[in-house]
Amino acid sequence: MNTIYMDNNATTQVDQAVFDEMKPFFTEMYGNPSSMHRFGGQVGVHLKKARQRVATLLNCEPDEIIFTSCGSESDNTAIRSALNAQPNKRHIITTRVEHPAILSLCKFLKKKEGYDVTYLGTDAHGRIDLDDLKNSIRKETAIISIMWANNETGNIYPIEEIAKIATDNGVIFHTDAVQAVGKIPIDLKKTPIDMLSLSGHKLHAPKGVGALFVRKKLPFRPFLIGGHQERSRRAGTENTTGIIALGKACELAQDHMTAENIQVKDLRDKLETELLNSIPDSILNGDKENRLPNTSNISFGYVEGEAILLMMDQFDICASSGSACTSGSLEPSHVLRAMGIPFTFAHGSIRFSLSRFNTEQEVDFVIKTMPDIIKNLRKLSPFSAEKAAPACTKSYSE
Amino acid sequence: MWEYSDIVKDHFLNPRNAGKIENANGVGEVGSLACGDALTLYIQVNDDNVITDSKFQTFGCASAIASSSALTEMLIGKTVEEAQKITNKDIAKYLGGLPREKMHCSVMGQEALEQAIKNMRGEAPPKAEHSHEGELICECFGIFDEEILHAIKENNLKSVEDITNFTKAGGGCGKCIDDLERLLAEAQGEGVCPTPSDQPSFPAQGMTNIQRMHLIESVIDDEIRPMLQADGGDIRLMDIDRSTVLVKFMGMCSNCPSSQLTLHNVVEAKLQEKVDPDLTVKEG
Repeated sequence: MNTIYMDNNATTQVDQAVFDEMKPFFTEMYGNPSSMHRFGGQVGVHLKKARQRVATLLNCEPDEIIFTSCGSESDNTAIRSALNAQPNKRHIITTRVEHPAILSLCKFLKKKEGYDVTYLGTDAHGRIDLDDLKNSIRKETAIISIMWANNETGNIYPIEEIAKIATDNGVIFHTDAVQAVGKIPIDLKKTPIDMLSLSGHKLHAPKGVGALFVRKKLPFRPFLIGGHQERSRRAGTENTTGIIALGKACELAQDHMTAENIQVKDLRDKLETELLNSIPDSILNGDKENRLPNTSNISFGYVEGEAILLMMDQFDICASSGSACTSGSLEPSHVLRAMGIPFTFAHGSIRFSLSRFNTEQEVDFVIKTMPDIIKNLRKLSPFSAEKAAPACTKSYSE
Repeated sequence: MWEYSDIVKDHFLNPRNAGKIENANGVGEVGSLACGDALTLYIQVNDDNVITDSKFQTFGCASAIASSSALTEMLIGKTVEEAQKITNKDIAKYLGGLPREKMHCSVMGQEALEQAIKNMRGEAPPKAEHSHEGELICECFGIFDEEILHAIKENNLKSVEDITNFTKAGGGCGKCIDDLERLLAEAQGEGVCPTPSDQPSFPAQGMTNIQRMHLIESVIDDEIRPMLQADGGDIRLMDIDRSTVLVKFMGMCSNCPSSQLTLHNVVEAKLQEKVDPDLTVKEG
């Protein structure tokens, strides 16, 4: 039995074409692009090509791209840069459903450095209210950072409108587009986004490479200080293999996006519809209409996510869960909590995230396998629709 | 991914005694759906006070299910008195260990057992109800001070992180971390941790008189004398009278005008640090 990998929002398989592209730069063309000899210098040409490919996917200028080591580094760089460039502005606006790369950083900035942070809440489907955003903007707001697409639910946020609100109010706007890049079209010429983060391993490039788009003329302060790489905006010898791989992955994403969105979306829809139909007390989490084509987040009531995942693991099916037990924390996912998903369902949430490598046979197998897994775990559970959960003394606080 | 023992995996994939016992003698319900795990434990007891059957229903992760399953196996065949002695550590041990972050699953088992026995004796309803006389410490998970103190004592917990691993308290918003630190200090102050803590508060703590004497001698010989000898002086230990150490300066020290300073700042300070902070040093 082959592994059925439906956890592509966690990480993706490196595309064979991407791997082939990067391979020579490990053992043959291993030079340092900063060197004065042709052996190193020749690598620079390939970096340039990679930068162009990333820029093409985003429709921006190549010199607006800074290569980093990961999405988290891009996010940290963006927020810190906006704060350091505007020392008098000490207010940040973000949402409760951001990735920890933004949320934990904002919590840190508030606690240790005294910044003021506004966290926008969501409705039951994870949508944010743009009037809320408008009302939160102050004179001292340094940056608005809102993700393009949510990793857990796949929700797509109205980034075009949000960027416009930020620009109209003279506030720097950053978006964590780690889950969006390569999955949905992005046009930075049309959208007034100031900074955008992306990560290679979410779009079939390897781990350890990311990028930050920084719009021309935006005041920028580097995060890593050192050499003159990336035009002194990000020090450190270039991750040549990773950057070249990311370039190729962006090119592939560009080529495949339209067809892929139809194919992957069809598989996702089939999986989702069948599971919701065949398994009682299951609900869809997120904004059904505005979602990534590859993501489906389903909660199975009265059972716990880690147990579901380990049962799925017996069948070599890979997915993830927003349950408390899987995260190492003790509370269910902050995204589902922000949406107010009842605990009966929050602990039993499973995220399926597909890619172009999934097949219909795989989807059929999962559709066939899941009902029994849930049924068997429910047999063990003291709760059911008839015997609802007792109230707890708790009120999760933020 | 958690590293579960093979026994945990086996009990999770092939749970023993899952289900309910209608009209069971004792039922214990702990946890809640909101908390992320919950267990209902059933026990059937015969006239000889022997547990003849036990079943469980569990909502929770693999280790919660495995802990419940293991507990029922441990219970069947034991007398109620024997069962009462089962601790959460016994459950974890039976399973070949649990990841530290998952120890709260074994605690849940032990609490359900306690509740089921109380219920069997007609002392309590199946669902544990807090008397609310204690103090609610962790609002996120509804954990009271007595449960936390019990876990600290039972498992000799040493840090707030441990408390969270074993009871969940502090694993939510984190508001109660200060309270957990207070309870930890309280518990340790009461001497509920019978094993000596890793570092005694001073080196000679708990030593016999002879051991303490030898320690004083060796500190003087190995650490103090070389310092004085470097300046051409020396010192000799004359006597020890409870917490007073009598010494005699020799060589250059014996007529050094700053010998009193040396006595206090070097000799006494060193002995206080290396032996006992209550020591005083006098020239005899």
